Amino acid sequence: MPVKYFHSVTLDEALCKGCTVCIKGCPTEAIRVQKGRAWITAERCIDCGECIRTCPSGAKKAISDPLSMLDDFDFKIAIPAPTLYGQFPVTLSCNKILTALKSMGFDDVFEVAVAAEILSRETRDYLKQQNSDNPLISSSCPVVVRLVETRFPSLIDQLVPMISPMELSARIVKDKYKDRTDRVGVFFISPCAAKVTDVKTPRGIVKSSVDGVIGIKDIFKELSHAVNHVENEENLNRARAIGISWARTDGEGSAVHSENHISVDGIDHVIDVLENLENGHIKNVDFVEMMSCPGGCVGGPLTVENPYIARNIITSRERSHQAPMEHDSSGEGYNTIDMIGLQWTEEIESCATHLLDPDYKKAMEMMEEMEIIRQGLPGLDCGSCGAPSCKALAEDIVRGKTTETDCVFMLREKIRELTREMIELESRLPPGLDR
Amino acid sequence: MIFEYEVSGDDYSLAGRASSDIKKKLKQLGIPSPVIKKTAISMYEAEINMVIHADGGKIVVTLNPEQIKIVLEDTGPGIPDLDQAMQEGYTTACEAARELGFGAGMGLMNIQRNSDSLHIDTVIGQGTTVTILLYMNG
Repeated sequence: MPVKYFHSVTLDEALCKGCTVCIKGCPTEAIRVQKGRAWITAERCIDCGECIRTCPSGAKKAISDPLSMLDDFDFKIAIPAPTLYGQFPVTLSCNKILTALKSMGFDDVFEVAVAAEILSRETRDYLKQQNSDNPLISSSCPVVVRLVETRFPSLIDQLVPMISPMELSARIVKDKYKDRTDRVGVFFISPCAAKVTDVKTPRGIVKSSVDGVIGIKDIFKELSHAVNHVENEENLNRARAIGISWARTDGEGSAVHSENHISVDGIDHVIDVLENLENGHIKNVDFVEMMSCPGGCVGGPLTVENPYIARNIITSRERSHQAPMEHDSSGEGYNTIDMIGLQWTEEIESCATHLLDPDYKKAMEMMEEMEIIRQGLPGLDCGSCGAPSCKALAEDIVRGKTTETDCVFMLREKIRELTREMIELESRLPPGLDR
Repeated sequence: MIFEYEVSGDDYSLAGRASSDIKKKLKQLGIPSPVIKKTAISMYEAEINMVIHADGGKIVVTLNPEQIKIVLEDTGPGIPDLDQAMQEGYTTACEAARELGFGAGMGLMNIQRNSDSLHIDTVIGQGTTVTILLYMNG
């Protein structure tokens, strides 16, 4: 039974100063500051990593698996995200990076960019088969999938029901080494915190084939050292421009060869476009690529290089990898794609995390109460109460999580009232003394 | 439960705020997703129409366990030929609105397609009242 709410994004209590910066940037209003520190509501968190980016104290962290996890397996395979290529200067070849990665304790390396190429082709075919007026939404970013299931459940049917390039890579290598009798471990080298969550509690599939997720930033120092000491480059790089381009915004969008696609990056823009999709405002578009991080995966919270520099490196590498795919049909051990399966087997369920109460009547009563409370609040959305807005505070009060006096303005008003009462009481003498 | 919104007619960037707020409320109340989507589309289209053609107005949304009633009232120019306005592709939107991607002549059609009932009262020179009904079990 999978853990219902696992999150890679966590809080280091010792570092948190309770400053309220994080509550403003959280796209799902999952964070509150109370008792001098931030608290993340598990059912609302989508692991986008926005709080990691904005926390001035470095208290928000993403848990990924340690390299020591390799010891639990006999045969280890690294599946690096295409973003890894953006972390090193163009002068260092992809083969050199992969050889160095392999030397860190892996027996084989398989690029996720190769799986991305296969999925580009499959998505292209899938798009051609669709006759719906509603645009399809890419499901490759796990944050977007979680955002849709929590905040935009009416769009679930528009998600492309296909596994991610990471998952396909793991399945391909597991299939390739299926005859081994020892323990085979597949490790995703990740720019993304949400991928850790996606492996532990996947969506659309029952169980992930990935055994561990290692953050790029966690191995970067060791990998940089290894890259500089590669003597004999192995010929490990199979991925071409299309697969490598998935690391940046519009990589996937262009790869599906849709004439009318839009590519969106950054969580605020993603939310805005999802709102517009829900309103039916986006017309004449057949595919929407969505990436939660600025610039795409190159902007992931587990990366090291500045996303704009990384994006430039990725684009340069695309130019030098323009040759057609060598592995389109056979000969590379992943010609059994049809047997592996690319489509989701499980339905994505709506998780209405903002629901006031399962009973409509009760929810309605709560909403009426919320409106009255909200009208009494100053509407400054200052965040001093520890909630991101007055509206959110009103909701918290109605849910019984806090009281109106958490609002500093309401508290001051209350103190003023009490003071007035005290002065009035003070002026009244007992009847025996009142001459 | 009643929610009221004043819609400004001079700022396209604010158009759609009332629909967005209602959408959030419906999600908090646990209204089924398909109903939310239909409400979002129909109310958004009507709100945009109000901004483009009528220089804003007032929206009143009434919720009860059975239905969502949206009444959009403006004091704009009115619709000269309602039958024509209901035709797909017919538009009287100004150039500024079209440049922003609005006014493709799909508004009323979309409302009709996505609502359970649509009623339009319009008087030239006095204004238009659009009443949209959506049933919770629809």
